[in-house]
Amino acid sequence: MNRYPLWKYALLVVALLVGLIYTLPNLFGEAPAVQVSSAKVVVKIDDAVRQRVEQAITQAGVTPDFVHLEGGSIRARFHDTDAQIKAKDAIAKALNGNETSDPTYIVALNLLSRSPAWLTALHAFPMYLGLDLRGGVHFLMQVDMKSALTKKAESMASDVRTMLRDKTIRHAGVSREGNDVVINFRDEAIRTQAQNLLRDQVTDFAWTPSGAGTELRLTGSLTPQAVIAVQDAAVKQNITTLHNRVNELGVAEPVILQQGRDRVVVQLPGVQDTAKAKDIIGRTATLEMRMVDDSAEANAALAGTGPVPFGTERFTEKDGVTPIIVKRQVVVTGDNLNDAQPSFDENHQPSVTLKLDAKGARVIKDVSRENIGKRLAILLFEKGKGQVVTAPVIRGELGNSFSITGGAMSTQEASDTALLLRAGSLAAPMEIIEERTIGPSLGKDNIDKGIASVTWGFVAVAIFMCLYYMMFGVFSAVALGFNLLLLLAVLSMLQATLSLPGIAAIALVLGMAIDANVLINERVREELRAGLAPQQAIHAGYERAWATILDSNVTTLIAGLALLAFGSGPIKGFAVVHCLGIITSMISSVMFSRALVNLWYGGRKRLKSVAIGTVWKPGTTALPTDPAAEAVEAK
Amino acid sequence: MEFFRIKRDIPFMKHALILNAVSFLTFVAAVFFLVTKGLHFSIEFTGGTVVEVQYAQAADINKTRHTVEQMGFGEIQVTNFGTSRDVMIRLPIKPGAKQDQVADQVFAELCKAERGNVVSHKEVTPQGESVDRRACAVGDAEPLKMTRSEVVGPSVGAELAHDAAMALGFTVIGIMLYLAFRFEWKFAVAGIIANLHDVVIILGFFAYFQWEFSLAVLAAILAVLGYSVNESVVIFDRIREAFRKYRKLNTHEIIDHAITSTISRTIITHGSTQMMVLSMLLFGGPTLHYFAVALTIGILFGIYSSVFVAAAIAMWLGVKREDLVKAGPAKAGDPDDPNAGAVV
Repeated sequence: MNRYPLWKYALLVVALLVGLIYTLPNLFGEAPAVQVSSAKVVVKIDDAVRQRVEQAITQAGVTPDFVHLEGGSIRARFHDTDAQIKAKDAIAKALNGNETSDPTYIVALNLLSRSPAWLTALHAFPMYLGLDLRGGVHFLMQVDMKSALTKKAESMASDVRTMLRDKTIRHAGVSREGNDVVINFRDEAIRTQAQNLLRDQVTDFAWTPSGAGTELRLTGSLTPQAVIAVQDAAVKQNITTLHNRVNELGVAEPVILQQGRDRVVVQLPGVQDTAKAKDIIGRTATLEMRMVDDSAEANAALAGTGPVPFGTERFTEKDGVTPIIVKRQVVVTGDNLNDAQPSFDENHQPSVTLKLDAKGARVIKDVSRENIGKRLAILLFEKGKGQVVTAPVIRGELGNSFSITGGAMSTQEASDTALLLRAGSLAAPMEIIEERTIGPSLGKDNIDKGIASVTWGFVAVAIFMCLYYMMFGVFSAVALGFNLLLLLAVLSMLQATLSLPGIAAIALVLGMAIDANVLINERVREELRAGLAPQQAIHAGYERAWATILDSNVTTLIAGLALLAFGSGPIKGFAVVHCLGIITSMISSVMFSRALVNLWYGGRKRLKSVAIGTVWKPGTTALPTDPAAEAVEAK
Repeated sequence: MEFFRIKRDIPFMKHALILNAVSFLTFVAAVFFLVTKGLHFSIEFTGGTVVEVQYAQAADINKTRHTVEQMGFGEIQVTNFGTSRDVMIRLPIKPGAKQDQVADQVFAELCKAERGNVVSHKEVTPQGESVDRRACAVGDAEPLKMTRSEVVGPSVGAELAHDAAMALGFTVIGIMLYLAFRFEWKFAVAGIIANLHDVVIILGFFAYFQWEFSLAVLAAILAVLGYSVNESVVIFDRIREAFRKYRKLNTHEIIDHAITSTISRTIITHGSTQMMVLSMLLFGGPTLHYFAVALTIGILFGIYSSVFVAAAIAMWLGVKREDLVKAGPAKAGDPDDPNAGAVV
């Protein structure tokens, strides 16, 4: 009756093993490491860079644990800090040369998990520690959506102007009013013509006619779907831009995430200088379009036989080697660039399509008309240093929207270039609405306190259970330990971020999980008191306690889900652990403790008594005083 | 060991009126303090700035307060936090001022008061992590450090307050629906009143002592609400079982029996949970302090309200045997069978 089939034991053993494997990486602690990432948007980290890093380390006479390329950065782990510092200097020298003011690569010190390679191969990683546990800066930024929408309407107004002109539809002015595009007409027939055209070609806007007589209007307003699309795009672009800027801080593991519709969370572990962080996040890289100088003097300068002509500057092209002479006069800046997207030209070759606003379009039209056959350089300035993103040849007069094609651009290159062009600007301005700084010592303190609470609470509960319920108490305590193991394993598998509220939730979950075992043990005692044979009492106890355990977990889960749904930030962390803990506790305190009881007692044919502490019956006067006698005989 | 050797049913319901009057008075007192004193909301809800600094020596609170007061932020609070060296400064939202610079300004001002300069220096922690830190330096000494700062804009605060109310509402409605589905409406009403009365009392404590009401406290309250409702569920279960088993007893006696037979496990389960919470209270440090305090009050009043309030309210609402035992006698089983309809 109290025997589990073999598969159930096997299942629990597997769960125990999986739990152990995934909890293990958290116990190894962290080892010093060096992280190499790109300091410039045009520089990519690839396997070639990794090999250079490896070489530099070996030449410095240091043996790393490993050198990995992982998601845009290279990480090398070392045994001790001496090796780490030595390797850092060697890598910096090998990659950046003597350039220290404007390095191409960021070489930062970091910490990596010390867990062995076989665990990493099993995808068992330690939990990520939240900022309150490791120190750092947290920003919550609000994206100003109104200006993103205004920008969209602005660009639409100029598109509409071009479209109407192309079809020679005579209007009496196109303007932007709020987030709407308003077109004036004098003639009903022309308005209908325009409306038909716009309805077919512009899907983002809904067009409604109004007015009478000669004061006819056609108002285009963004459709709800288009509003969402514009907002999403704005947040995404801002996140991309933020990533580029944050990389520059040399932060090992920055977190940049969208939160809700219009917010971005930026978390920079290890950074303590909020002022500098804000400075970098708030800065705009600027994009400039300038003409390339191809005069004889410039060619001489390129060949190295003459000085750089007056009014020009020397830059290097994207490859970082070929020099290029660019005029100082700026044609258009990034402020006039509304969008840049990868696209395909008429020959189905990858290209990049740029969209300028009205002012930019006017300027580029004039300039391009006069400079057909010459090259237009697009430069990205960061920290006062410019880089040529691309320098295409002008093939014809350019309008508010034009494409850069040719070369043997791949689709990847096209989208990279588009990204670089967009990286210069934020799609919409952002404002910091929440900011938190946690010192590293406070973080360490928080970890220690959190762990101390869980440990001592666990010990106290375990001791009490063992004293009060004897053998059954031991089973309960072991099951509680199994619960903790499972919970940590699940959190590690999900790569959840552990914060102090999360640790508090672990403690609380353990406190609540032991309830299930108290219920079971009390029920078994009650059955024994009622005169059932031990084996039957165990069986009935578990069976009947189940309904109550389910009840208690359902009500707790309701509260947990409410927190999960409406909570944000630290409370969400609490809620996730709380909800997961409720689920793991059902498995551990019912199934696992039962398995232990079954293993211990289940096989015995003539079980006379079970050690579950005193089973006191009203009316019995002789109370056992000797603890050894507390293994009371039932029946 | 066995703590509870109860020979016969304890006549709880005989004192129901007194017990209910007691809890009614506590409830009224809690509401009174909530109205008159109000909750001391953390800046998560109100918006504002918190700066925590650690002095090298024991801090002179008055000097710190004076320094910050001179900056003209309006009503500020300067208190010790954890140790005598740690000081927490709370500043309200100042219209017009740039929120995100307040923390740095305060730190710079405090640094000046110690005759130091704010410098940015790069440090490598013992773990080898490189850290940029704004430090206050007087020669080689560092009289104070900024350990934590938090800035919350007014819009975030208002939103959080709204979300908090939503979470509370969702939990209450969810639990009521569950109880109504599991038993019947009288129990659902009794259970939720009993437990909301706990929530109000916890809030009353926070209002009376002007403890800081933060998001963590809210989480604790919701968690404890979900947790202690279960206690009422257990007692209701027993009441239903007893109605089936003991056909001669009246409602009073039934409820007395149900409570007596569950009180041992009620106290042990809550006690073991409280052990864990106590550990948080003792070892968790100042960050977890009010979280643990809210849980402690919630657990203690949870026992009280499930035992004395929930069942009593159900009684006043007039629970009858017919409400719970709808099935005919054939299904009710043999009254002598100890296993009939048994639930813990």
